[in-house]
Amino acid sequence: MKIAELLKKGPLVINVGLRDFARDLEDQQVDVVQLEWRPPAPEDDEMKRLLEKLL
Amino acid sequence: MGATALSVRRHTYLDSVFLMRVAKALEGGPGINNVAVVMATPANKELLHDAGFIGADVDSSGPDDLVIAVAAQTDGQARAAIAGVDSLLAGSILEGSQIARSWDDALSQLPDANLAAISVPGEYAATEIEHALEVGLHVFCFSSNVSLADEIRLKQVAASRDLLLMGPDCGTAIIAGRGLGFSNAVRRGPIGIVGGSGTGIQAVSCLVDAGGSGVSHAIGSGSRDLSDDVGGITTFAGLRALADDATTKVIVLVSKTPGAQTLARLQEIIRSLGKPVVTCFLGGPTSGTALTFEQAAGQALGFAGAGPLRNGTVTAVPTHVEGRARGLFAGGSLLYETQRILQQADVSPARYELVDMGSEELTRGRAHPMIDSRHRAERIIATAEDPTVGILLLDFVLGRGAAADPAGDLIPAIGEARSRAAREGRSLVVVASVCGTDGDPQDRGRQAAALTEAGVIVLPTSARAATYVAEALR
Repeated sequence: MKIAELLKKGPLVINVGLRDFARDLEDQQVDVVQLEWRPPAPEDDEMKRLLEKLL
Repeated sequence: MGATALSVRRHTYLDSVFLMRVAKALEGGPGINNVAVVMATPANKELLHDAGFIGADVDSSGPDDLVIAVAAQTDGQARAAIAGVDSLLAGSILEGSQIARSWDDALSQLPDANLAAISVPGEYAATEIEHALEVGLHVFCFSSNVSLADEIRLKQVAASRDLLLMGPDCGTAIIAGRGLGFSNAVRRGPIGIVGGSGTGIQAVSCLVDAGGSGVSHAIGSGSRDLSDDVGGITTFAGLRALADDATTKVIVLVSKTPGAQTLARLQEIIRSLGKPVVTCFLGGPTSGTALTFEQAAGQALGFAGAGPLRNGTVTAVPTHVEGRARGLFAGGSLLYETQRILQQADVSPARYELVDMGSEELTRGRAHPMIDSRHRAERIIATAEDPTVGILLLDFVLGRGAAADPAGDLIPAIGEARSRAAREGRSLVVVASVCGTDGDPQDRGRQAAALTEAGVIVLPTSARAATYVAEALR
């Protein structure tokens, strides 16, 4: 049913990546939030592994 | 010999399309020979090194650091270009847009969000898809280079939650009249499209529009979806959703040829949908399927009680061309369609070579040719140096997300190639098709007129351009 809802309601978008895509959606009057994505710092991976070990 | 200048901006992440535009702006400066504006990923660092941009700053930089590298005739010119970059980078700020710093922040700003559009570099895309699915969002994933194992796993997760995962490697979609990724300005109507072929979906949707009808939804599935490995998870979900959708009367499925097991399952599902389904499979069994996007659109228009396709008749009569044809394609699906037409016309494979400028090998460190035409321009000029090539075939794909003026970007290179060939007493015939609508930001009519004025033979569809080439080679 969720897919049917999407088709009925149209997209409300969280855009992760190319800013042009957010602009194009805004131009089409689509509600969009641009998530300021950046690559995870290498130490984050290390931290993640440590956390996974701990949990 | 010239001079180089380098600048590294730590912790400044900007997307590749924006950086391509910055690089293009710098390239136009006085005395500039070469420019690279890239994030310092391992692959980009290698490309910088190969281009002679070498420095300790670059060696110690990482994927979160921005590198601006300029080669110019003089040291002053190189340094001036670097100094001018700040004002260009300021253009990255999205004015008036809602910006979020994290997923939680994004969801609190848009609590009704129902879809994540993901276009981060491929190696990071799986993590973001997973997160989006976890918080209950459908996903449109433009990124490619996601592992097959991740794609299978994530599509299974999506299916178990009744969520649609379009992609990875999904170039386009239209949901309730709103385009995602590369999409054309087509009217809404009764024809629904599902497909793993991005430019195929674009071509069919534009032709449906040209035939006076419209598109209810276009659901992209990603190029590997109908392989036996993935098993058609997204395609099947999309087909079922369109079968249940009251606005959709006819369904078109455009894809690479499905795997054998998946094809059998697909045929079963198609029979159960209760709506007419037109299929167009690229490069595979033709029985019962449309040979070209034009045929697929024509059949769908027939089922919808619209059409016939009004996109002009071919008035150009091909004159025989000696030598070979070279096709330089921005749209991979348009290449497969062309190949199929040339094969069906019994043109010897020795008489043509078709290059997918958007393939992974040719887009390493570059934006897609639908966005950035520079690499295709170089290849067009290089074609003039090859005396065996008598005919050059090009596709122009318009729409949101694509370059602002695809024809204008390549017309100088086309002119240069033709005059180089002419200087050597040869003629180079240039044939093109334009995929788009007059409502697209680039305006199909204007693009076609500019190409015609530049001496290019413009055909109304990619299939007709391929047929023209086949006849010219006869």
